[in-house]
Amino acid sequence: MPLRLTPEEDGILAGRWGEPAGRALAMQMAVGEFFGAREMVPVASAHLTGDSESMGDAGLAFVEDLVRQGARFVVPTTTNARNVDFDLYRELGQPEEVAAKERRLRELVVAMGGVALDSCTNYQTICQPLFGEHLAWGDTGTVIYANAVAGARSNFEGGPASYGAALTGRVPAYGMHLPECRFGTHLVEVRDSPRTVSDWGALGVFVGRQLTNYWLVPVFTGLQVAPGGDALKQLGATLASYGSLAMFHIVGVTPEARTLEEAFGGRAPRARIVVAPGALASIYRSFVPEKEKADLVVFGTPHLSLFEVRLLAELLRGRRVHRDTMLLLTTNQPVKALADSMGYTAVIEEAGGKILAGACYYIMTPRELARRHGFRTIVTDSAKLANIIPASGYNAIFRPTADCVEAAVTGRISA
Amino acid sequence: MNAAPVILTGHAGVGEVVEGLALVSPDGFSARYDLDRVTGRISRESHALYGASIAGKVLVCPLAKGGFATSWALFDLRSRGLAPVAMLFTWANPVMVQGAVLAGIALMDQLSPDPMEAIRTGDRVRVDPKAGRVEVIRRAQ
Repeated sequence: MPLRLTPEEDGILAGRWGEPAGRALAMQMAVGEFFGAREMVPVASAHLTGDSESMGDAGLAFVEDLVRQGARFVVPTTTNARNVDFDLYRELGQPEEVAAKERRLRELVVAMGGVALDSCTNYQTICQPLFGEHLAWGDTGTVIYANAVAGARSNFEGGPASYGAALTGRVPAYGMHLPECRFGTHLVEVRDSPRTVSDWGALGVFVGRQLTNYWLVPVFTGLQVAPGGDALKQLGATLASYGSLAMFHIVGVTPEARTLEEAFGGRAPRARIVVAPGALASIYRSFVPEKEKADLVVFGTPHLSLFEVRLLAELLRGRRVHRDTMLLLTTNQPVKALADSMGYTAVIEEAGGKILAGACYYIMTPRELARRHGFRTIVTDSAKLANIIPASGYNAIFRPTADCVEAAVTGRISA
Repeated sequence: MNAAPVILTGHAGVGEVVEGLALVSPDGFSARYDLDRVTGRISRESHALYGASIAGKVLVCPLAKGGFATSWALFDLRSRGLAPVAMLFTWANPVMVQGAVLAGIALMDQLSPDPMEAIRTGDRVRVDPKAGRVEVIRRAQ
């Protein structure tokens, strides 16, 4: 059954909204037909993924062409985290060329009507996803949060797909846009309750290592504690990173899981996963340091909230980061501005840490930084970062937030 | 002597008819988590294909891992001659298909029999996405 277009969409395909929108719709149709979509649905907003490192020169040329051909975004459109903090990249030793490409990309996005938010936590700053609305969000952590926590509807709309949706204002209706794909598939019985935000990441690792398919949806039960937004941010980003998952439910917490029956849509779970007492501690222990020295400690994947920055300021107040260890926090510009005005930035900088705005470590030319600073061991409370960064030659150690602060201060990390 | 070809069938994929040598990965694939995109070689030390180049290969893989980077990376890899010619997954995810469409790389999933069982590294493979058909010519033993 082919994908059917409305008369307006036929017009877009024929170039009535310009050549870029027509080409974008053709690409969207190819993806939609692969997944059996029957129609397109309008989206409330788009969140663009595409830092200059992952796009490469070919991707940047693709976006240059869009602007040259007069492309305009037709829905509110924001950008994901970038490769550099424009104030600090020289001090860190990142290449000038990378910063120049990021500046150019921002100019192009703004020229098409986008907002250069440069954040992977758009939902905690300026974009509140609403129940039931369709979205074209690119960053995986933003997508799973919008689906699971808000009950909005988005597939992973990766780089070119998020640009396409911003140009056409719609996406093919498959996957997470359809109720039947959002129901739970696996029951997760949690008997080891998370106590800290990073524990929610550990829970995500435990489940994400077992469920590694976009089309699976875990349903969590048995949790004795109510998660806050930062906890759900870590759980979602970790599930998306390890498992390529786009949806989860927590019975009694998330909006499409008021009951177990609602979460599963009346169907039986395919399988049951038990998180036994001690399981979360064993997740931390599965990250084994090669050496005792902590070269680098990083917080902020996904971007830190203001309350996470404040907690780190409290833990670092009056202390001093070890002279052979670098401490970096990454967040977005709105949170950084607030942290500055609240005095949190000053406390963290007095301790010897740096807060980076708009950038995210795993796309900050991590190989280049490792070469320049001799980094090998990276300590972080972000399970997502610990999962991704080994491709850039790091020994990644995932630990609770307080342990990471101790590693920064003592310069040491133990098994 | 080559054995008779093995035929895999499924729903229509994306891309044109291509042929190449198979590279079978027991682990999932992400262009960000597993690949050095400068060289096109698998750079994650714990990956089963560590050190292997995906350039010009028919990459056979159980699943697409992780986030969005792959949807751009395939396009950039293709422009530098480092992309696979085709990718066969047990299960594909949206970002992998979006990337394949932009880059013009053949992609199929949910084939029967499962390519992870039917194909070995070094086999010559002909991929016909529109017909939903893959032909495997086993290398001489």
